[in-house]
Amino acid sequence: MGEPLLEVRGLTKSFGGLIATDRMDLDVTEGETHAVIGPNGAGKTTLLSQLSGDLRPDAGLIRFVGEDITHLGAPARSMRGLARSFQITSIFKDFTALDNVALAVQAHAGSSFRFWRPARRERALREPALEVLRTVGLAERSELMAANLAHGEQRQLEIAMALATRPRMLLLDEPVAGMGLDESQRMIRFLQSLKGRQTILLVEHDMDAVFALADRISVMVYGRIIASGRPEEVRVNPEVRQAYLGEDTLL
Amino acid sequence: MARSPRALTLAAGVLMLALVPVAAELLDQPFYVDLFRRIMIFAIAALSLDLILGYGGMVSFGHAAYLGIGAYAVGVLTHHGIANGYLQWSLAILGSALVALAIGAVSIRTSGVYFIMITLAFTQMLYYLGISIEEYGGDDGMRLAVRSQFPGLLDLRNATAFYYLVLGILLLFLLLGQRLVDARFGMVIRAARSNEPRARAIGFSPYRYKLTAFVISGAMCGLAGALLVNQTEYLTPEFMHWTRSGEIMFMVILGGIGTLMGPVLGAAVFLLLEDVLSAWTVHWQIILGPFLVLVVLFAKKGLIGLVPDEAAPGG
Ligand SMILES: Nc1ncnc2c1ncn2[C@@H]1O[C@H](COP(=O)(O)OP(=O)(O)OP(=O)(O)O)[C@@H](O)[C@H]1O
Ligand SMILES: [Mg+2]
Repeated sequence: MGEPLLEVRGLTKSFGGLIATDRMDLDVTEGETHAVIGPNGAGKTTLLSQLSGDLRPDAGLIRFVGEDITHLGAPARSMRGLARSFQITSIFKDFTALDNVALAVQAHAGSSFRFWRPARRERALREPALEVLRTVGLAERSELMAANLAHGEQRQLEIAMALATRPRMLLLDEPVAGMGLDESQRMIRFLQSLKGRQTILLVEHDMDAVFALADRISVMVYGRIIASGRPEEVRVNPEVRQAYLGEDTLL
Repeated sequence: MARSPRALTLAAGVLMLALVPVAAELLDQPFYVDLFRRIMIFAIAALSLDLILGYGGMVSFGHAAYLGIGAYAVGVLTHHGIANGYLQWSLAILGSALVALAIGAVSIRTSGVYFIMITLAFTQMLYYLGISIEEYGGDDGMRLAVRSQFPGLLDLRNATAFYYLVLGILLLFLLLGQRLVDARFGMVIRAARSNEPRARAIGFSPYRYKLTAFVISGAMCGLAGALLVNQTEYLTPEFMHWTRSGEIMFMVILGGIGTLMGPVLGAAVFLLLEDVLSAWTVHWQIILGPFLVLVVLFAKKGLIGLVPDEAAPGG
């Protein structure tokens, strides 16, 4: 195991009296798929938002590729190679699928203070975007308005946008949430195809997805990690079964 | 080659505008040159507003501020004996760009109703400033002794020359606007309007792009102000009254928000209706108001939305 790509130390965030992230430590190693699971309201999305720069922590440290990024905003973190998907699908609905991904390419392709040349005719933006759409299986849908894509396709599009920024690490918030069985199988297979090449922090409720993808699992309850380890270790951890998995269901 | 109905509308509109002075001459109705010049000046103002409103999602309820700055740049310099148009109009553009920079720097950090209130408050401030400066006529305003002078280029006293200059500026801004909104820059502000958290998550810092758009918009409207005071030959703080900001926004919504032709069409319909109705009754606003409500209710994309953007298949 090398240096962790992402290190979290003592991360704390509260909303009024509610402590959503409670002095949390977390390491994610380069190349691994690290799943964070936990019951509703455990604070998983809050954690992800602090990692992506959408939420400011009250205390603690976030280090990414050796750099303290705790006080950087979301755009700066994107520039350093962090890319996220949102639990509630977040795309540019009134743009085509291809536009959505091309925008993500554009954000990482030099200055956007360019006022004359039509961006939709820049091959340097459109071609890589189409390529990413192809890898997630949306190439045929590229000219559709994002709003008109099926729910599952919108989730895929969001991942395509994240990938188009060529991230060093993906932060995925429930990528198969709300998907039908077929769709979620397809998404799981796609994420499997990224394994090893892409470091992923995966927040997910779907246990099929978690056990199909995770190299490591951290279990979060009330803003704290109560257990962390390889899937087979976490599966048998009595504390985990007690706190989260509801005794003998699910696992 | 198939052209979309909207492209044809644009071509027809430009042709029509170009022929107004000819028609006015033939019909011996010089008044039309004046009316349509006024329409085009407000079209420029509305166009500039729509760049930030329609494309950038910034509800500036104080666009009359730049109209005022542009007008005062011309009026004040003339008052002090400097009638050189190059100087006056440069000051109009620069001055409104600077004011837009200040207003934008504060307001763009906010959103929703705060944004509206801040832009409105700044404009009211400028309005009261205009009222309070007796030297430049206070709330009565003052006559513009001479129109801006462009030695060797053209004479604004010539109604037709002035008309074609305004038409030229309008067409230039339509072209610049089109390039701008389709270029990378435009894509960023449109993406930020569509979904700002998403825009930030993929790496854009929308603030500086929005601020730049705000400044460009202010500068364009400042030039419209310089044109307007030359049109009316009268400088008044009324140019900056909040109802003026409302009218410009009216034109944008009426014509079609988030398009470039929409504001032009909106300005034309608004001012023509005002012209016709006000000749007929002093209560013309009672008719214009419900009309706008109907348009907003039944033509959500404004009047231009009724004209298809795509070429008909096989057409
Ligand atoms: N902006 C906010 N303001 C106040 N409370 C919040 C806010 N965001 C989250 N919370 C609270 O913090 C706690 C953690 O929320 P969070 O969304 O992180 O949970 P989660 O683990 O992602 O849950 P789920 O599995 O349902 O997505 C919850 O109790 C939630 O109500
Ligand atoms: Mg969540």
